[in-house]
Amino acid sequence: MMIFLWLTALHALRVLSRNRLRTGLTVLGIVVGVGAVIAMVSIGEGAKIAVAERVASMGTNVILILPGAVTTSGVRGGQGGAVTLTTADALELKKRVPLIHEIGWGRRDVLQVVNGHKNWNATVNGISQSYLSIRGWSFVSGGPFTQQDLETAAPVAVLGQTAVDNLFEPGEEPVGTIIRINHVPFRVIGVLAPKGQSAEGRDQDDVIFIPFTTAERKVFGTRFLGAVGALFASTERIEDLDQAVAEIREVLRQRHRLQPDQDDDFIIRTQVDIGKVHEETGQTLTMMLLAIAAVSLLVGGIGIMNVLLVSVTERTKEIGVCMAVGATRQQILIQFLAEAVILSMIGGCLGIVVGMLGVQTTTTLAGWPTIITPETVGAAFVFSLVIGLFFGLYPANKAALLNPIDALRYE
Amino acid sequence: MSALVVCEDIWKIYRLGDVEVQALRGIDLLIEEGEFVAIMGASGSGKSTLMNILGCLDHPTRGRYLLRGVDVAGLGANQLAEIRNRQIGFVFQNFNLIPRTSALENVQLPLFYRGMPLRQQRVLAAEALARVGLQGREGHYPSQLSGGQQQRVAIARALVVSPSLLLADEPTGNLDSTSSQEIMDILSRLNKEQGITIILVTHEIDIAAYAKRELVMKDGRIVADRHIARDASSLSVETS
Repeated sequence: MMIFLWLTALHALRVLSRNRLRTGLTVLGIVVGVGAVIAMVSIGEGAKIAVAERVASMGTNVILILPGAVTTSGVRGGQGGAVTLTTADALELKKRVPLIHEIGWGRRDVLQVVNGHKNWNATVNGISQSYLSIRGWSFVSGGPFTQQDLETAAPVAVLGQTAVDNLFEPGEEPVGTIIRINHVPFRVIGVLAPKGQSAEGRDQDDVIFIPFTTAERKVFGTRFLGAVGALFASTERIEDLDQAVAEIREVLRQRHRLQPDQDDDFIIRTQVDIGKVHEETGQTLTMMLLAIAAVSLLVGGIGIMNVLLVSVTERTKEIGVCMAVGATRQQILIQFLAEAVILSMIGGCLGIVVGMLGVQTTTTLAGWPTIITPETVGAAFVFSLVIGLFFGLYPANKAALLNPIDALRYE
Repeated sequence: MSALVVCEDIWKIYRLGDVEVQALRGIDLLIEEGEFVAIMGASGSGKSTLMNILGCLDHPTRGRYLLRGVDVAGLGANQLAEIRNRQIGFVFQNFNLIPRTSALENVQLPLFYRGMPLRQQRVLAAEALARVGLQGREGHYPSQLSGGQQQRVAIARALVVSPSLLLADEPTGNLDSTSSQEIMDILSRLNKEQGITIILVTHEIDIAAYAKRELVMKDGRIVADRHIARDASSLSVETS
């Protein structure tokens, strides 16, 4: 049986190589289909990982607490419509929620920043000392400000890469320079390593960090001391996030004296939530592209079926001869199935090559991140094989069910 | 000698729409091993139908067909295929070689369906080709061979399985007289020297004359069954 299968495969290859043009045209559909599958999945996977990296760049185990809507006499203010979070909240949370590893806070505003004759509007963040480590920032030169800088509201600043690019000449060393933020002179003490875009597409590097105390007392001004734009808490482990979120909510509701029937006046989000949304978007895209690929594979399969049906008719007499010399129906079936499968496998292999080239080109030309996994290639190959089997079955069965006498007489 | 083919009251009835066609109407036949039988008769007399049944390509509607004592009627499609593969060799009027496939590979065909290893297939096929005088032409395609040579390839394909029964359906019908003679010489030699049982269908009397026994069919019945003494001088014909 093994010998028969092996010889059948060889025979099918010979039959197909006799008619190269027809074979080539037949596999074209499969080539396009498999190529599309490879390209789409690779681009989809690449995009997914890029999103995951961006989410991770914001810190994966970070809990973001934002001021929420305040309902006053039934009128609900919008998000951030009121100052409801303070540094005191942060300190209380740190005390009462042991799962919190670090807690930080910040307030931001877009302000004009001037260095010499250059000016730039950057997001200026007034932050607590732990903020940078919670969000996973690192330095390319200089370093962070100290607890003492915070206590004394020192005029020191840490710059993101985009801010540096826009305020300094190329090659100029920012650390030690004096810049003006909203007319207040600040000494640059550190430059941050670039992080790229956030998951929302915002340039995370277009940023300047200054001590929170300096910000509220000298730059932003404040309605009351300690009001923050956002709190950032981190846990040691990602698995603790949900528990920590629940406890934070409880503590904040108590502190804000919210009745059980009142909505939260704050919003808690984690990067995991944000990441999920992006992953779902990516999956929708991948599924859509896969559907397109499936349609072209279907068309390719129908092409194979069509060519095989013609081939069965053309070779009716041959089939009769084979049956006369002792071919069983199963053997005839296997012979034609082998042709279908080999056709689709040739298409599959060519499609994999075409897909990989396409992916390479996409990466080089469009600069999209792509990832070709062995699973993708394997799945595409198996898929083409299944297409061959499925669409080969009908013509092969037709051949196998021929009556040998009629087949022999067929002209 | 032992009975190779035993037919007992074989009927074959086709339905063509509403019309019932009785192609065979009670065939009784006994052929022993080593016989060389010619079946003659007008077209529509049931010769080909009988050949198809003898070749296990078709089932009789009624009656029993024993091949080497085995009742063929009771066998399934796969067992019939195996009998065709191991016991029966076919030679057709229009050769029925597989186009664009070398002579050697055409002869290998029955062995291929046995799942025989390729090397062994080639050895046996080359031997069979040599037996019909085609050594050196293994690589030729049917289109490169004359009609007579093509028919010899077909004979080699029938021979390669060492069949108990060789069925030839008008093997010279498409050949000129020289080639016909060549083919008939080969068949006679195979019958005489190797004792292969041959059943031959033909229209032509001079072709039938190569056989040792002659059956004449008419309207689905055997109407004459003559044994022919094979010394050319006295053509004594016994009628059964």
